[in-house]
Amino acid sequence: MRRDECLKIIAKHRGDAVAVAVYNAAFDWRRVSQSPLNYYSVGAMGQGSSHALGIALAMPDHKVIVLDGDGSLLMNLGSLVTVAAAAPPNYYHFVCENGDYEANGSHPIPGQGVLSFAGHARAAGYPHTFEFDALEKFEAEIGAILALKGPVFVTLKIVPGEKSPHDFEYINSRATHRQFTAAVADLASRSTTAGR
Amino acid sequence: MQRPATTSRDTGAKADYHRGAARSGDGAEGTGMGEVGLSGKAIIGALKEARIEFIVALPDATMSEHVLWPLSRDDDFKLVRVCKEDEGVSICAGLTSCGRRAALLMQYTGLLDSINAIRIIAVELAQPICMLVGLLAKEPGVPVVHSKIYSVRIVEPILGALGIDHFCMEEAADVAMLPSAIERAYARSLPLAALVGHRVSP
Repeated sequence: MRRDECLKIIAKHRGDAVAVAVYNAAFDWRRVSQSPLNYYSVGAMGQGSSHALGIALAMPDHKVIVLDGDGSLLMNLGSLVTVAAAAPPNYYHFVCENGDYEANGSHPIPGQGVLSFAGHARAAGYPHTFEFDALEKFEAEIGAILALKGPVFVTLKIVPGEKSPHDFEYINSRATHRQFTAAVADLASRSTTAGR
Repeated sequence: MQRPATTSRDTGAKADYHRGAARSGDGAEGTGMGEVGLSGKAIIGALKEARIEFIVALPDATMSEHVLWPLSRDDDFKLVRVCKEDEGVSICAGLTSCGRRAALLMQYTGLLDSINAIRIIAVELAQPICMLVGLLAKEPGVPVVHSKIYSVRIVEPILGALGIDHFCMEEAADVAMLPSAIERAYARSLPLAALVGHRVSP
């Protein structure tokens, strides 16, 4: 499966979910699903799942989608345990597994082809785990997956797709982050108004 | 990393306090400004005054018995226990980005281990990550930079290099500064490190 094609499928089902994306997934995601509700986690590799946990706990009425990488998650495997223990029902964790460090010369990740990220998530306590290597099957099931009570974990066996612009300046900027904060505040205020 | 064993919840606060005080070298006994100077109730009160809702924590010996355990039983706080401190930095960032106030409790070794996350998340992205950092084994009453312990001594210069607002709590008057320091961090959207200079008493 191509990563950008997988992300396009997720984008179709996104609704007003917050999306936390890391590194190459972040660059692809910005191309396929631009939104002020995109939160980019670049600069401290591995932290995407933890940022997303904070957001999910802060916004229990909104879905939070994590678009993680395999090398990234390996840097923060403990977060699987933390997330499972906190058990946010609105937390959907997708890991794009290509088996290598794509941005740094495509060296293999430790355990390439052997380790199971979904297995780690299951052992950590995620109640729902999935693994996909066929786009059609993923497309057929994504709706049901995002309807589950989280936390949910999904491994996507991918290869890089169309190359996206690597705009680190945008993704790492305070302005982009403040745009997210403002969008969340707006979303919260609309939710409050709708609930009246 | 130095990871002290945490005490059992059933041990009882008083019993643990005396065990800690009887230990030589890491307590505050005999200094005239020891454990009685840092009250867990006062620290928790300060966190409430600063409208902290979420506590993100890894147990630290200075705060374990009289801050973290009481916090875990206090309905005014939601507690997130983490496996590693840099997770905590990011969880606090996620919460703060959504308008929820959080404090990260950890030992100074966790701070040292989390420097890169703090650098990008708290400093470069200018977010009010508020950290309470236990200085295990720091000599009470001795300025942090004059500690005989290398790993404690370097904490303030590192915070200074990062440009992080910080102060050390040794006495009640220091704890009284905590609410305004947290308010300042949120008002300016900048990180804060409140160092806990010795083991906290009830």
